[in-house]
Amino acid sequence: MNPADISSWISDAKKAFSAATDLDQLKVARLAHTGDKAPISLASRSLGSLSPEEKASAGKLIGDAKAEIAQALAAATARLEAERDAKVLLEEVVDITLPVQRNHRGGLHPISIIKNEISDFFIEQGFSVEEGPELESGWLNFDALNIPADHPARTMQDTFFIEPVESGIVLRTHTSPVQIRTMLSQEPPIYVICPGRTFRADELDATHSPVFHQVEGLVVDKGITMAHLKGTLDNFARHMFGPDVTTRLRPSFFPFTEPSAEVDIFFNNRWIEWGGCGMVNPKVLATCGIDTDVYTGFAFGMGLERTLMVRHGITDMHDIVEGDLRFTRQFGVGL
Amino acid sequence: MRAPLSWIKEFVDIPTSISAQEIADGLVRVGFEVEEIIEQGADLTGPLVFAKVLSIEELTDFKKPVRYVGLDCGEQQTRFVICGATNFAVSDLVVAALPGAVLPGNFSIGARETYGKTSNGMICSARELGLGDDHSGIMTFAQGTVEIGADAITGLMINDVIFDVAVNPDRGYALSIRGMAREIAASLGLTFTDPVDALRNLTFSDTGKGVTAKIIDSSTASIFYLRTLSHFDPSAKTPLWMRRRIEKMGMRSISLVVDVTNYVMLELGQPLHAFDKSKIKGGLTIKRAGKAQPFTTLDGQVRQLDPDDLMVWDDEQPLALAGTMGGASSEISETTTDIALEAVRFDPMCVAKNSRRHRLSSEASRRLERSVDPSLAQYASARFVQLLTENSSAQHVATVVDGEPRFAPVVKLDPSYVSRILGFEISPSVIADVLRTIGCDVNEKTFEVDPPAWRSDLLTEADLTEEVARMIGYDKIPSVLPPRPLHASLTSTQKRRRAVAQMLANRGLAEVQTFPFTNQETIDFMGFVGDRAATYKIANPMSEESPLMRVHLVPGLIEVAQRNISRGAKDFAIFEMGSIFRSSQKLVPFISPELSKRPVQKIIDEIYASVPPQPYHVAGLLVGKVENEDWQGKARSYTWQDAIAYAQDILQLCNLEWTVKRSDFAPWHPGRCAELIVDGKAVAHAGELHPRIVAKYGLPERSAAFAVGLSALPDSQLVRPTTVGTMPAALQDVALIVDSTISAAEVEDALRSGAGELLESITLFDRYDKLGDGKISLAFSLVFRAPDRTLTGAEVTEMRESAVAAAVKATGAVLRTA
Repeated sequence: MNPADISSWISDAKKAFSAATDLDQLKVARLAHTGDKAPISLASRSLGSLSPEEKASAGKLIGDAKAEIAQALAAATARLEAERDAKVLLEEVVDITLPVQRNHRGGLHPISIIKNEISDFFIEQGFSVEEGPELESGWLNFDALNIPADHPARTMQDTFFIEPVESGIVLRTHTSPVQIRTMLSQEPPIYVICPGRTFRADELDATHSPVFHQVEGLVVDKGITMAHLKGTLDNFARHMFGPDVTTRLRPSFFPFTEPSAEVDIFFNNRWIEWGGCGMVNPKVLATCGIDTDVYTGFAFGMGLERTLMVRHGITDMHDIVEGDLRFTRQFGVGL
Repeated sequence: MRAPLSWIKEFVDIPTSISAQEIADGLVRVGFEVEEIIEQGADLTGPLVFAKVLSIEELTDFKKPVRYVGLDCGEQQTRFVICGATNFAVSDLVVAALPGAVLPGNFSIGARETYGKTSNGMICSARELGLGDDHSGIMTFAQGTVEIGADAITGLMINDVIFDVAVNPDRGYALSIRGMAREIAASLGLTFTDPVDALRNLTFSDTGKGVTAKIIDSSTASIFYLRTLSHFDPSAKTPLWMRRRIEKMGMRSISLVVDVTNYVMLELGQPLHAFDKSKIKGGLTIKRAGKAQPFTTLDGQVRQLDPDDLMVWDDEQPLALAGTMGGASSEISETTTDIALEAVRFDPMCVAKNSRRHRLSSEASRRLERSVDPSLAQYASARFVQLLTENSSAQHVATVVDGEPRFAPVVKLDPSYVSRILGFEISPSVIADVLRTIGCDVNEKTFEVDPPAWRSDLLTEADLTEEVARMIGYDKIPSVLPPRPLHASLTSTQKRRRAVAQMLANRGLAEVQTFPFTNQETIDFMGFVGDRAATYKIANPMSEESPLMRVHLVPGLIEVAQRNISRGAKDFAIFEMGSIFRSSQKLVPFISPELSKRPVQKIIDEIYASVPPQPYHVAGLLVGKVENEDWQGKARSYTWQDAIAYAQDILQLCNLEWTVKRSDFAPWHPGRCAELIVDGKAVAHAGELHPRIVAKYGLPERSAAFAVGLSALPDSQLVRPTTVGTMPAALQDVALIVDSTISAAEVEDALRSGAGELLESITLFDRYDKLGDGKISLAFSLVFRAPDRTLTGAEVTEMRESAVAAAVKATGAVLRTA
């Protein structure tokens, strides 16, 4: 049991383990240097024939040698296993640029998106969202709004009438009847917006549609002034068109507001007509039973199609109404 | 409304330092939209001269008429030009562009060889000179109205700026040069001279007996001036300056008498009508048509009068549709020598009705229906006499007047109201000044405001407030956010609709919005019957192809699908949300309570009830493959299951419980349609579309659809969750053989009822339909769990057997043995 022999067994084993280039070779080396026929194993088995003194010292030498060899083996195993794993992963490489999405792309209609966006904006400002029917009473759509019987908006050219026409039921020409319904059913303070679908007998062309959408706003409270109208519109315009947009009020005429104004926005270097607005005509407030000595109010209204077209640079109304998925899908769900 | 600057300047002292753009901006500030600023003559340079046609040689070798014309342009030699127009004769007066001239469109005139001749200039049409759209022929001029060889740029007063202005319906007074000039002056702070001032004291002595004038009902007309003139020489021509002003306003010169009526209307805003006096039997009377009868207006159209039409009559018959258009029988003609000139302040509503009934909007009706200054009947008719007698041999015979002008009442204004509405302080003296600028008389002590004669629209404090605001400038109004409620949110209904849309969008469905119109053929073809087929008809639809309101969302989705398929799409899913319309209730006659005070609640309720219910639905259409096919492989097609699953997902999203029933329901396949029932009410249908519909509209076979009546869904209840058990679950599988007519839902319901309270879930994990003999096998996996203990084998077996027994009893099932 020559210590020099033992140390050569160790170094032989270590050499063999490091020379192994894969786990199979390592297995051969392991059997050769730690198996039954390996010198260290033979030496270990021969310990029994030694005297107790010799046995103790030789046993320690051999035990230490075995441990050292086992450590070298473990290191070699770890090294070769890592190499093997790395190689397998390398072989498993795929082209992750391949197109993988198979689901149809869904989405909301851009009018829904802009309606949601406007509703959320005004809800944050403390406004509620009111809605009403599309087939509407003519009294709510016209009379109560101070649109007299012979106003052009009531003639056959603009309004869709439901048979029998004596019923006075029309396809609402604006969402203003929702304002009347709100004022008839709620006490001020009233802070609402009324988005919805509206109808006018215009031929479908690049900028008009017989079926379109509006959002109107109505505020009735103590001390409401035209300055509040302007502030609200400025805020709204900046939300829709960005912080740099400026607005302009121009005197105009609507039967249901007095004073009345058109609101223009300066967007993409030009003035664009955006909507109509004004202080609620006291006649309209009175018809709804609101005390005009105590309360004043403002109202405004915009076309959603127009807002969408201006903001997104859409040039043809057909794209909005036809339902071609190639158009709609571009908007996603508005996030 | 057009406004030529040269005419405006007659009444407003506009310094040359003020540009056309500044004038336009001034108009916009006070509420007049300027649609176009036409700089007439800006792109025209001479020489442009008046010329006389000396000779015409027709060149006949060409496909179109071509003339070789000799012109006297005031030069020593005759000038020859080629001309393609034929509306002139020898000795006519024309306008010629000579070589060196540049016409609008950068069109240079030079001597050129054409049609085998040398053309030394061009005879011009109005359009070629940029004076209008008229290209029907070259401009010709009446003898004596132009000087041969004179500069035509000056002669035709070409260099001018014309504003094309949109006038709101409440501002009828601005449909005149007088009104426009006043607004420009007020907006820019310039001095305005009212053309009426010069007419106030203009009177004519009567030299004979005039045609009589009478208003039968003073509510139809307040004041009627009728001026009779004689000795008119019908060959008298309209002076060039008058003709050019009329043309700049976009109208055409017709004859001197008609031109003067139009000129005065344009200048002052009062429509006038001239009758050939020789055609009038007796006197003129304003009264209704009384009975239906044919009437020929001067545009040559025969119109059937309504008894309610307001007319101007002579003693025998109607001669004019009041304020709208004259009649052919009493029209001014080439032989007219005696004239009756009518100036009436008709009631705006009467004229509006006349105009609307006959779909006849004229320059006169446009003004009268917007209300005309009642004092103008006198002044405008005087202006007519003045202009006609100055420019012809006509002589005033007599003036007859009936009625008297009625003016708007005095308005009491609280000056603090103005500030209260506008949101900033305006002193009473400023308010008074502004109101005076627009023509009001203001008593500054009482603040009684007397609006001017031309402002019949100023009736309330709010009306006057708008005047103050627009004159001070809307830009002076500050921008302030109103006080607002601290909190608001969407209603639960609104949240639910949004969540449904969002879910479907996230699941690959694209939202569409279709017009809610349909037709009877579609309703019938879809198979809708009874209440589901009855709808409302539009009296005046856009197209006779879709005169009805839709009764269902699926037909609209099919139309959109067809459109997408025709444009190349194959596999997709779409949905729509919106109202449908079924005429479940008969419409009642119009309820129209009086205004300016709140109707009683009963009336309000009746109005609300008169509006038919319009349920809100969501529907989807599934077409082609569930996924896009690509290199990863094939995809399966949408089936009835997908449609039913979407409908159920919507109910689940709303946290509702439902039962499923097979239903034979249009527009679905009668054997492949599920009805979903919530609280005993059918709220949704889904499944495969009827093959007949799929075939007719060219959809892929087996296309499927769902429809959920969102407004029929109950509100979701407050959730009271059960405690989640942590004890181990016991799994039991059962396979049952049943008749194929038995539905899985029936078997499942029976198993559930027999399994007892400890059944946690039940899943159909296999369905086998190849057994033959009309039998199928349904295999369920049952999960049992007790909240407080581990279930024993015996307990579980007992529950399983109890479940199977219930299924056997209810459905005739036989337990399938392995």
